[in-house]
Amino acid sequence: MTAVSVNGKLEHVTTEPDTALLYVLRNHLGLKGTRFGCGLALCGSCMVLVDGRPSYSCDVPVGSLEGREITTVEGLSTPENPHPVVTAMVDGQAAQCGYCISGIVISAVALLEGNADPTADEVRRALDGNLCRCGAHNRIVRAVLAAAAELRAGDR
Amino acid sequence: MTDVAAAELPASILANPMVDDWVRLLPDGFVEVRSGKVELGQGVLTALAQIVAEELDVDLARVRMTAAVTGVSPNEGYTAGSLSIQHSGAALRMAAAEARAVHLAAAAQRWQVSADVLTVTDGVVAAPDGRTASYWELTSEGLLHRRVTGAAPTKGVADRRLVGTRVPRLDLPDKLAGRPRFAHDLALPGMVYGRVVRPPSRAAALQSLDAARALALPGVVTVVRDGDFLGVVAEREEVALAAADRLRADATWEERATLPDESDLPAFLTAAPAVGTVVADTGGQDPDPARGNGFHEARYDRPYLAHASMGPSTATALVTGATLQVWTHSQGVYLLRRELARALGLDEEQVRVQHVAGAGCYGHNGADDVALDAALLALAVPGRPVQVVWSRPDELGWAPFGPAAVVRIAAEVDADGAVRAWRHDVWGNGHVTRPGFVRGVGLLAASHRQGGEPIGPAGEPPLENGGGAARNAVPGYDFPQQRVVNHLLSVMPLRTSALRSLGAFVNVFAIESFMDELALAAGRDPVEYRLAQLTDPRGRAVVEAVVRRSGWADWTPTESLGHGIGYARYKNTSAYCAVVAEVEATSEVRVRRLTLAVDAGLVVNPDGAENQIEGGAIQATSWALRERVRFDDRSVTSDTWESYPILTFSEVPAVDVELLPDNGNPSLGVGETAQGPTGAAIANAIHDAIGVRVRSMPFTAERIVAAMPD
Repeated sequence: MTAVSVNGKLEHVTTEPDTALLYVLRNHLGLKGTRFGCGLALCGSCMVLVDGRPSYSCDVPVGSLEGREITTVEGLSTPENPHPVVTAMVDGQAAQCGYCISGIVISAVALLEGNADPTADEVRRALDGNLCRCGAHNRIVRAVLAAAAELRAGDR
Repeated sequence: MTDVAAAELPASILANPMVDDWVRLLPDGFVEVRSGKVELGQGVLTALAQIVAEELDVDLARVRMTAAVTGVSPNEGYTAGSLSIQHSGAALRMAAAEARAVHLAAAAQRWQVSADVLTVTDGVVAAPDGRTASYWELTSEGLLHRRVTGAAPTKGVADRRLVGTRVPRLDLPDKLAGRPRFAHDLALPGMVYGRVVRPPSRAAALQSLDAARALALPGVVTVVRDGDFLGVVAEREEVALAAADRLRADATWEERATLPDESDLPAFLTAAPAVGTVVADTGGQDPDPARGNGFHEARYDRPYLAHASMGPSTATALVTGATLQVWTHSQGVYLLRRELARALGLDEEQVRVQHVAGAGCYGHNGADDVALDAALLALAVPGRPVQVVWSRPDELGWAPFGPAAVVRIAAEVDADGAVRAWRHDVWGNGHVTRPGFVRGVGLLAASHRQGGEPIGPAGEPPLENGGGAARNAVPGYDFPQQRVVNHLLSVMPLRTSALRSLGAFVNVFAIESFMDELALAAGRDPVEYRLAQLTDPRGRAVVEAVVRRSGWADWTPTESLGHGIGYARYKNTSAYCAVVAEVEATSEVRVRRLTLAVDAGLVVNPDGAENQIEGGAIQATSWALRERVRFDDRSVTSDTWESYPILTFSEVPAVDVELLPDNGNPSLGVGETAQGPTGAAIANAIHDAIGVRVRSMPFTAERIVAAMPD
């Protein structure tokens, strides 16, 4: 048994400590929004927040996460109350196939936590650890900037 | 009503002739739409839903799109070639209009009025006297089980509410919230996890295997070996991965060299056995330097390219008694069913193939192959669904590639530089090894099983269907004399198949680069030079539009910055596209901005179309600047994102798209219109920036240095 705290809930799973967090999330916990892309921490489809920092879950052994808090894309939103980044991406139709997008949402949320008013170039650099093959990049960047503006307006 | 002559009905209707093959009323006020086309990540199901909601006069929210499944959905072959709106859209438009007309007739009869006076609002039919009834109240058993006649009127421009509007994608809210939508996300009761251990190189043969260490892992269900096909099934995915690693380590293979020299592909491609076919010939003589006119000649090439989808190929299969069910992101559920049945010695009726969305498709990737992988493993564990996901190295190393190619163009020009005679030769493998369209069972595992035959070589579809290697090899200009020859290789060292735009990418790159070379040799502006030899008014219109929108005429030459243009009509029969690229070329090339003008006729969803065109342009930029499948004499070596890099967020250009008005012209697909012109525009912009003509893709610093004049 290995314990891991995901989206505010302590979960106990039967697996080996060196199992990648990705498989624990997707199969043991049924959180399918975190996706397998490469298994080598190079594409970002599997991105989650570990204590608020974007991390490649395909490359994190679940046994190394004692005392850490994991947030997945499912933990950011509810259908009734979507995260502003998600809302901005729907509004901007900022995806094509959508396979990479939950990892991108995670990276964008992490960026905006630390930088409420990023430039377009800062958004691009923050997303360089996420690959998109369909070519939705520019729409995604515009959506992240729109979400940042929305979040700032909400803070006033 | 008079029936439209059968010849005028869309091909999809001829193959699936009943209204309820396409459209059905569901009990609770919903409309079920069955298309044979599948969602490849481009939003096509949203556009098809728009068409049905439009013709049926119902709200879009009432439309339920049924994912393609054998035995239920109409058979429309493959979802490919940017034809979904043209094929399925035309069929659904006709079927939905017919469904509307049938219900209007039912209301007219009930109320004893003429159908002409009735109106429909969100599925509610109203008479002038105020009587109303919904389709669901008017309908009766079997009412839509009738032939599509084509006689029901379809909406004119003035009556459209939905077609032509920016309707948001139906699938994106779920995908953006991380809800399960993909084939990868299936979680069936009792599901187990399979992995395939591919051979270490192309011609490797499995000599010996000690499966004991793999089988000893707790949770391993079974190991499957059939010739050179090797796989494992486990209760947990992490166990399947660990077991596959052990099998890989404990297998001995005999290997041999089969692959050509990747560092000089043009030499291989032009010397390999090939069959030459003249695909266009106006008669007259080929360009000849001896005749005393201006003579120019140049050779261009592209490497093998990978589809490189973000989500590797996956399938889930379940054997129950004598039946096989497969969940897949294949582009053609019926064709896959046929080939699976053939590979496994089953009747087609024993196989059910259900489409579930995959990641972006971009052509014939590993989707069909992995379906057979899953089926072979599922046969070993009847009653348990087996999910197989390819590894990233297998996805980049074993899926079919877009073929490498060489194009040589020669032209004779008059004193003004105008083309008098043109000759285009293209060498390379074909672009079609789809299952059912190639020698052998065109599925990877079938070729690895005991007694399996190699796949291919790839064939060439007829030019009237768009061609493959010869796609867009015939220039769209008004040259008085031209001859185009396709040298299709009859050996295939690496499996090649359809990748977005097929041969158009290299042919348009070559033609449009050569047009620039001819213009500059004649001292003429590249835009003026093209327009002087282009009479198709729709072609001229996109060139003129992109020139206007990009500010071509106001360009100020600046050190290391350049702009360039590319133009083509995709497949010579589909959407028109002109691109202006602006690049900065220093130690390496950066594309700063792409401006595109596209005439795709009637655009069902302008936002969806723009998204496709933007994406196509960005993907083509990545191909042109970065991408090249690498291999040694045995194996593909570019099998991670480090060895097969694609464009990143910081590297993508700004993209600006202008859609031209449809002027009453029918819809043309847009998923593949941008690629060819984009590659050419970038090459031309590089020359404008630094005076170096790059004729070899990708345009890396190394290639640019190699292209510099001595």
